[in-house]
Amino acid sequence: MGKATRAAYGETLIELAREGLDVVAIDADLSGSTTTAKFGAEYPDRFFNAGIAEANMTGVAAGLAKEGKIAFTGSFAVFGTGRAWEQIRNTVCANNLDVKIAPTHAGVTVGPDGGSHQALEDITIMRVLPNMRVIVPADHASAKAAIRLAAQTSGPFYIRLGRMDAVDVYEEGFELELGRAYVLREGSDVTIAACGIEVDQALKAAELLETEGVQAEVIDVVSVKPLDVETILASVRKTGRIVTCEEHSVLGGMGSAISEVLSEIYPVPTRRIGIVDTFGQSGDPHDLIEHYRLDSASIAAAARELLT
Amino acid sequence: MFDASVVRAQAAQLRVLIIEMLTAAGSGHPGGSLSSADIVSTLYFGDVLRHDPHDPEDPSRDRFVLSKGHAAPVQYGALALAGYIDKAELPKLRSLGAMLQGHPDALQTPGIEVSTGSLGQGLSIACGMAQALKLDGEGQRVFCLLGDGELQEGQIWEAAMYAAHYGLDNLTAIVDNNNLQIDGKTDQVMDLGDIARKFEAFGWDVTSVDGHDVEALHEALTLALTPNRPRVIVAMTIKGCGVSFMEDKAQWHGNAPSADQAIQACDEIRCACGEGIL
Repeated sequence: MGKATRAAYGETLIELAREGLDVVAIDADLSGSTTTAKFGAEYPDRFFNAGIAEANMTGVAAGLAKEGKIAFTGSFAVFGTGRAWEQIRNTVCANNLDVKIAPTHAGVTVGPDGGSHQALEDITIMRVLPNMRVIVPADHASAKAAIRLAAQTSGPFYIRLGRMDAVDVYEEGFELELGRAYVLREGSDVTIAACGIEVDQALKAAELLETEGVQAEVIDVVSVKPLDVETILASVRKTGRIVTCEEHSVLGGMGSAISEVLSEIYPVPTRRIGIVDTFGQSGDPHDLIEHYRLDSASIAAAARELLT
Repeated sequence: MFDASVVRAQAAQLRVLIIEMLTAAGSGHPGGSLSSADIVSTLYFGDVLRHDPHDPEDPSRDRFVLSKGHAAPVQYGALALAGYIDKAELPKLRSLGAMLQGHPDALQTPGIEVSTGSLGQGLSIACGMAQALKLDGEGQRVFCLLGDGELQEGQIWEAAMYAAHYGLDNLTAIVDNNNLQIDGKTDQVMDLGDIARKFEAFGWDVTSVDGHDVEALHEALTLALTPNRPRVIVAMTIKGCGVSFMEDKAQWHGNAPSADQAIQACDEIRCACGEGIL
């Protein structure tokens, strides 16, 4: 098991500041959990706590960005996107500012805190915004890469980070390319497109399928927007079917983004793994993954459905 | 150099331009644009804002954020009179492809710092700008014009706390306190209570002035700053000020005058101002 994606946040901000980037961080009283407090301890004059006030935090970040700062905001994904959605729309995105929204605690793997704290709609509500880029890292190394990429690329970013320790998928030092999906395992029978912690589940599902003689191609769709249509299309042209997997609602998320594109240019039989129009609940993160059928066995079952 | 007669004349010009723009557009918000005219004229033409219309991005400029974005016509008028934009843009307000959008669009219009229009957000943005300028600026000030109805947004008070907490003494908010909002009188729609005391309680320096007295406005806007305290100027105004049939009437919040009403309105403004106007 590797470190959580959230653990990448504060430490990467410190690295970026050391490298001379004019990064600042603003948090809404969750800086210990989001790890921006680490950055604040190193760079106290570049860290601002806004208190429990996500709307103002987002507006202040916009003002800091307006004056040339690369402004990162921290909160939990439910609040950082939901509480401040209209501020993100009308202030951050409409002004196309260097505000990088990287809240943590996305998805059901928040665990015991329960449904109120488990963001399951954030990909949807972020990707519909003009100028916004949406990145969903699978592990610590790709989360670091995502934060770097956001700092080095102008304009608004949404980076979805999680609370739970994530299995390492990439080597430390991995560099992320905006708008690129990564083929992690090649196969010709079925495409499994995943993002976030579901990348690890998808890889495990591919191992299960292999024991049955099924060759699954696994793609990490880390860049949900812009979407790497070319890589996804090339894969489904080969396999003729796709399973999408995300720790997020099936309404409007990564699976929807892929379905929108494929239904227009190359329709193929599709199954979308995700949360089916319901709220989360308290529980152990691993139990929740199974309960909501986000686990590798459920992904493999969906793939089998498409193959029969 | 502050010259009250110049500021008054420019305010009258702004009022005429507001009426002309909105009449040409056939829609828009005259009431809150007219109530802000003396405030905006004092900022732009009363030697308050340090700015260069030929270099809108000059880093040493003071910043002005129009949080009550529906009053865009008053700022568009000021930008035209100051020379940021061509006056020929004004009649195109609100039309397809126009530089002058219904609410301010910073990506389209030189001299607009940030796009606004959704109420309650400008003060937060101004806080961020002021904070960045305190970090590595050269004494630039940030001015933010708020509506009074807008103070019903909770985000304003989040920002008010923030500004005081971080001692943003380079931030000055101005409340255009015209006592009306779309649905009627502010005290009937949602009573704001004592705005000045509310800001005092939030840790701000507060000055209350007659928002149509350009000398009082100038004095308040140029008063020595108090270290580590943001400042708010509560400007008592009349919605629709300068046009008799619009004054203190909520129905003129968001309706454009007819051609005949526009002629009467401009006549009244010119008549009240006397010489020195278009």
